[in-house]
Amino acid sequence: MKRQSRDDAKTFRLVSTIILSVLVFFILLPILLVVIASVTDENVLISSGYTFFPSKLSLDSYYYMVKQSAMILRAYGVTITVTCVGTIISVLITTMLAYPMSRPNFRYRNALAFFVFFTMLFNGGIVASYIMWSRIFQIKDTIWALIVPNYLVTAFNVFLVRNYFVTSVPISVIESAQIDGASELTIFFKIMVPLAVPSVATISLFTGLIYWNDWINGLYYLTDAKLFGIQNLLIRIMSNIQFLKMSSNLALLGTMNIDLPGTSVRMAMAVIGILPIVVIYPFVQKHFIKGVVLGAVKG
Amino acid sequence: MTKKKKKQQLTKSAPLLLIALPGIVYLFINNYIPMFGVFLAFKDFNYIKGIFGSEWCGFDNFKFLFKTHDAITMTRNTILYNLAFIVIGTIAAIFVAVLMYELGQRFRVKIFQSIMLLPNLLSWVVIGFVVYAFLNADTGFINNTVLKALHIDPVSWYSTTKPWPFILIVTYLWKYVGVSSIIYMASISGIDKGIFEAAQLDGATKMQQIFKITLPMLKPTIIILTLMSIGRIFYSDFGLFYQVPQNSGRLFEVTQTIDTYVYHGLMELKDIGMSAAAALYQSVIGFALVMSANALVRKVDRENALF
Repeated sequence: MKRQSRDDAKTFRLVSTIILSVLVFFILLPILLVVIASVTDENVLISSGYTFFPSKLSLDSYYYMVKQSAMILRAYGVTITVTCVGTIISVLITTMLAYPMSRPNFRYRNALAFFVFFTMLFNGGIVASYIMWSRIFQIKDTIWALIVPNYLVTAFNVFLVRNYFVTSVPISVIESAQIDGASELTIFFKIMVPLAVPSVATISLFTGLIYWNDWINGLYYLTDAKLFGIQNLLIRIMSNIQFLKMSSNLALLGTMNIDLPGTSVRMAMAVIGILPIVVIYPFVQKHFIKGVVLGAVKG
Repeated sequence: MTKKKKKQQLTKSAPLLLIALPGIVYLFINNYIPMFGVFLAFKDFNYIKGIFGSEWCGFDNFKFLFKTHDAITMTRNTILYNLAFIVIGTIAAIFVAVLMYELGQRFRVKIFQSIMLLPNLLSWVVIGFVVYAFLNADTGFINNTVLKALHIDPVSWYSTTKPWPFILIVTYLWKYVGVSSIIYMASISGIDKGIFEAAQLDGATKMQQIFKITLPMLKPTIIILTLMSIGRIFYSDFGLFYQVPQNSGRLFEVTQTIDTYVYHGLMELKDIGMSAAAALYQSVIGFALVMSANALVRKVDRENALF
C-alpha cells in the first residue's frame, strides 16, 4: 500500500512537471516571437511575416536604433530619471506616513489610518483629477507630470509598511530610545528607517516597476515628445513608424531610405523596453514574490 | 486623564504628525480634492468659462449618457469581462498553484515561477506590441503562418469584433496567471502537512487529496479573493482594453469599458461633462459594490475583511 502511494505521488509529480513545462513554454512563446522578429531580415518579414524560424537573420534594426540613438537614449534617460526620482520620493513619503500610524500611543493613528484607507474605497475619477493637475497645478508637459500624479503614495504601500513596523519592530526599541532622549525625528531616521529595510525593498520594487512601465500619465499630460519615456515612445512608434523617419537626420536618411527596417524596428524597440526588467528581475524576484503574498493578505 | 498627561501626549503627537505631513498633503491633493471635483458631472463644462464659471446643468449629462448606446455597451463589457476574469482566472490560478505545490522541488518551482511571472512585469504597451506581432494583418504570425497552414483566408483582426473577447481573456490570463497562482500557493503551503500524511497512510491517492483536502482548505481564500474582485467589478484594466486592441474604433462594441469611455470622452472628444458623468457613475456604483463585498467578507471571515 505504501509502495502504491509512493508510485502515485511519483506519477503525479511527473504529470505536473509535464503540464507545467508545456504551460511555461506557451507563456514564453509570445516573448520569443518578439525577440526573433526583432532580428529577422526585413525582406523575410515582408514575404512571410513574423515567424519563429526566419530564413534569414539580420541585426539591421539594432544598427538602425544605434543610428537613432539620440532619441532612444533620451527616452531611456527620461524613464530612468522618472523611475529613480519617483521611487525615492515615493518610498520616503510612504514610510514617513506609515511610521506614525504604527505607533500604538499616537493620538491620531486611527484617524490617519481611515484617511489613508478611504482612498481605496472611493475616488473622484480621472476627469476631476486630470483637470486639477493640468489646470490648477499646470503640470502638463513638465517632467513632474510623469512623477507626481497617481503613484507617489498608495494606500496599499502605506499599509504594507505600517504592518511591517507593527509586527516586526518591538515597541521597546522606541521606548528605550525615548528614555535616552532621542527626538522623534532621530528615532525615525536613525532607528526606524534602517529597521524597515525589508519592507522598503518590497515597496521600492513595486513602485519602481510602476514608474518604469507607466504610460498613462504620459498619455494624459504630455504632448511634447521631448519628454517621452520609453513607453510613450513605443506608443508613438506603434501609431506611426513615420515618426522615426521624421525625427531622424534627413541627410542620413537619403542614403539609407531604401532599406529602412520598419517592421522589425518596432519589435526591436519593444525588446529594448523589456530588456532592463528582464536583466534586473532574477535578482529581486524573492522580494517581489514576498510582496505579492503580503499584499494579498491585506489589500 | 490629568491635564499634565494630556499636554504631554499632545506634544508627543506634534512631531509624529509632522513626519506624516508630506504624505497627508499628497493624499489630500491627489485623492481628496478630485472627490470634490465630482460636481463637474453636473456642469455644462466650457473651457473658456473654466471650472467654476461653467453653467450648472443638473442631471443633463447623465440623461444624455444613458440615452446613448455607449452606456449599455461599456457597462456590459466591464461587468462581463470582469466576471470572465474572476471565474477563469481563479480556476487557472488554482490549477497552476496545485501543480506547482506537487512539484515539491524548489529548483523547478523557481524556474517555472520566474517564467510565469515574466509577463506580469511587462507594461501593457509592450504587451500591445506582443499581441500585434501575432495579429497584425500584413506580417502577423497568425495570418502568415497559422492561417496559411490551415488554408484559411487572412483575417483583419483589428477590425473584426468576434474573436476579441477570446483574445482579451487569453491576454489577461497570460499576464496574470503567474501572480495569482503565487497567492494560492502561499495558501496551500499554509495547510498542515500532517493532514496530507494522514490521508496518505489511509491510502488516499493524490487526486483524492487534492479534491478532498487542498480545495476545501482553499475555500476561504477563494471566497475572499472572489468577493474582493466583485467589489472591483465596475473598474477595468485601462491598459488591457486600450493598448491591446490598439484603440481600434471598429472594435469598441466589444472592447469599450467604462475606463476607456472616460478616456475617449476626456482626451479625444473633449466632452468633459459626459465623461465626468461616466466617471462618477463608476465611482458611486464601485463604492457601493466595495462596501457590500466587504460586508460579505466580514460575514465569512472577520480577519480578512478590509475593515
